[in-house]
Amino acid sequence: MDPIFLKVVVGTTLLASSSAVVGTFSYLKGQSLVGDAIAHALLPGVVLAFMLGDGRNPAYLIFGALVSGLIAHYGIEFIQNRTKLKSDTAVSLVLSTFFGFGIMLMSVVQQRGQGQQAGLERYLLGKAAAITMLDVYTFSALALVLLLGVALFYKGFQLMTFNEDFAHAIGLPVGLIRVTFTVLTVLAVTIGIQTVGVVLMAALLITPAAAARAWTKSLPQMIVLAAVFSAISAILGTLISSAITKMPTGPWIVIILGLIGFTSLFIAPEKGWLFKRKRALENRSKTNRENIMKLMYRQEEKCGTGNKLSIPQILSIRAMREDALRVGLKDLKKRLWIIEHIDGFALTDLGRIEGRRVVRLHRLWELYLTERLGMAPDHIHPQAETMEHVITPEIEALLIKELGVPERDPHESLIPYENE
Amino acid sequence: MDKSIEVHNLTVSYHSKPVLWDVDFTLPKGKIIGIVGPNGSGKTTMLKTIMGLLDADSGYTEIFGQPLDKVRERVSYVPQRESVDWDFPADVMDVVLMGRYRKNNLFKRITKEDRRIATEALEKVNLLEFAHRQISQLSGGQQQRVFIARSLAQQADIYLMDEPFVGVDAATEDAILKLLRDMKNEGKTVVIVHHDLQTANEYFDWIVLLNTRLVAAGPKEEVFTKELLQEAYGGRLTVLSKLGDIIGSTEFPLREPEFKEDKAEE
Repeated sequence: MDPIFLKVVVGTTLLASSSAVVGTFSYLKGQSLVGDAIAHALLPGVVLAFMLGDGRNPAYLIFGALVSGLIAHYGIEFIQNRTKLKSDTAVSLVLSTFFGFGIMLMSVVQQRGQGQQAGLERYLLGKAAAITMLDVYTFSALALVLLLGVALFYKGFQLMTFNEDFAHAIGLPVGLIRVTFTVLTVLAVTIGIQTVGVVLMAALLITPAAAARAWTKSLPQMIVLAAVFSAISAILGTLISSAITKMPTGPWIVIILGLIGFTSLFIAPEKGWLFKRKRALENRSKTNRENIMKLMYRQEEKCGTGNKLSIPQILSIRAMREDALRVGLKDLKKRLWIIEHIDGFALTDLGRIEGRRVVRLHRLWELYLTERLGMAPDHIHPQAETMEHVITPEIEALLIKELGVPERDPHESLIPYENE
Repeated sequence: MDKSIEVHNLTVSYHSKPVLWDVDFTLPKGKIIGIVGPNGSGKTTMLKTIMGLLDADSGYTEIFGQPLDKVRERVSYVPQRESVDWDFPADVMDVVLMGRYRKNNLFKRITKEDRRIATEALEKVNLLEFAHRQISQLSGGQQQRVFIARSLAQQADIYLMDEPFVGVDAATEDAILKLLRDMKNEGKTVVIVHHDLQTANEYFDWIVLLNTRLVAAGPKEEVFTKELLQEAYGGRLTVLSKLGDIIGSTEFPLREPEFKEDKAEE
């Protein structure tokens, strides 16, 4: 394998996954924007270090970035504590001021014609391909510091994120924990912007955590998963950008990370959009089914058992969409709850039990509303229309018990029970 | 009287607006004590100041005759349930184990002994079967019991709880009450912030009636009188609250700093 390529892959993977580990805590603290602000705020520090020191030595630049990032972080906290500004305002204020100052300094450097411009510009948009062997060593060391830091402070970070007051109350050194977290965040951002630049840095901190959160409910798993997602993105991003000429590495890493993030939000179990959508559809067809069964059961109450109903007859009793009705009837036939005769649909014995159940729930709930919540009988029907689909067998049993196995609903209709 | 908590001439402000004025009382040991008062009367502020989470403008508090830092491991704190994000990725056991965190084991791994103590605490609040349930999937009452279990895992002598009865079901309420009585029988002191007058008389042995200033503190028979309750709940003290607004909006120092030093030396 190409040694230059290998070098870049190792560098970006280390950068990306160590940022993801620290970013997990920022994400959980609801401070997604702070990383973005710090990334922008690093610029003046980096440029100053470049002007005053040796532009090619990463140690100078990292030191400059660290100082500038810390000032920005405490600037944000100071504004939040001492003024009535909301935190997003404080973050934007610091972000834009520092970034503006950084850009200004950069143009000064440009006018002075201070040679190695490339060294500076990579902080703006990132330039992974320019990673040198010295960089790789430096980043590896920093990534190691980050991982060790998080491992050592795991309990502190966990409790600080979940319940800072409690950490304080049990006498943990909250100040030390916070400073450590801040330094680690600034370090992560400092080494991260080498690859993706100031502008895209927030993605490297937050996206892996957001993606990982969709898949797991355990903090250690979430941290590992975020790091893995980042590593995959870094490797794929580097592969793509080296396979296609003139493709930048940083943006590709961020795009792949974004894809992983969106896919996770979309397909993840329980929290994913797909899962919720499926559940909503299932509920809708259940509601549809139960409405038809209720209608047919009530029609049997009026006209006698075995009463048949055609589609136009059903539609004349209850306004519903014809296509929905047809789908519902097909579903019910499959469940053997109804039979289709030439002159209409009739309930089967199985279907009658289901229809009776829905009608019973409707009437029980109406009775509960009037008896327990003191609602007037002419106001309760719409509520009951919804609740009859929601009430579970356990709640049904509770309702019956609490109402003392009532005979009639508030409209004097019989409440139908099984085994009668 | 064997003293648990002493509060001396305490004045505390929140966003530079005073919420406690010159509060002074002493609490006994081995009792269930209620800090009772209407909304906005400074109950939570009182508790947070005792726990060192808020700084007093003047005055000071002591626990077992010593500053908090000297006796921290004997003091346990249960914050309001709503003060944390229950969507945090953790299970019940994770949260209860936090009660075992200490300054001197921050960098160490959780031990078997910690797990044993946490398991016992969970058993006491009847949540053992939920040990590996996600905290986001718990009911309000179960969340409250998790917080209490975490506090039990601290194995302290005095417990400060902020509104543990808010939003819990009847079963949880009974469970908490029984637990409190067991703790009292073991000689523990429990201080509870509580806003509901209906139940206060039944729950507590000793009551601190608070409404920005101290209305009364003592055994419940002495404090739970019509006159004193009227005084605590009968509307806000207009002059005091107006003065508070002025101080809040004009950056007056509430006390000269030297004054505070004098007090602390007494």
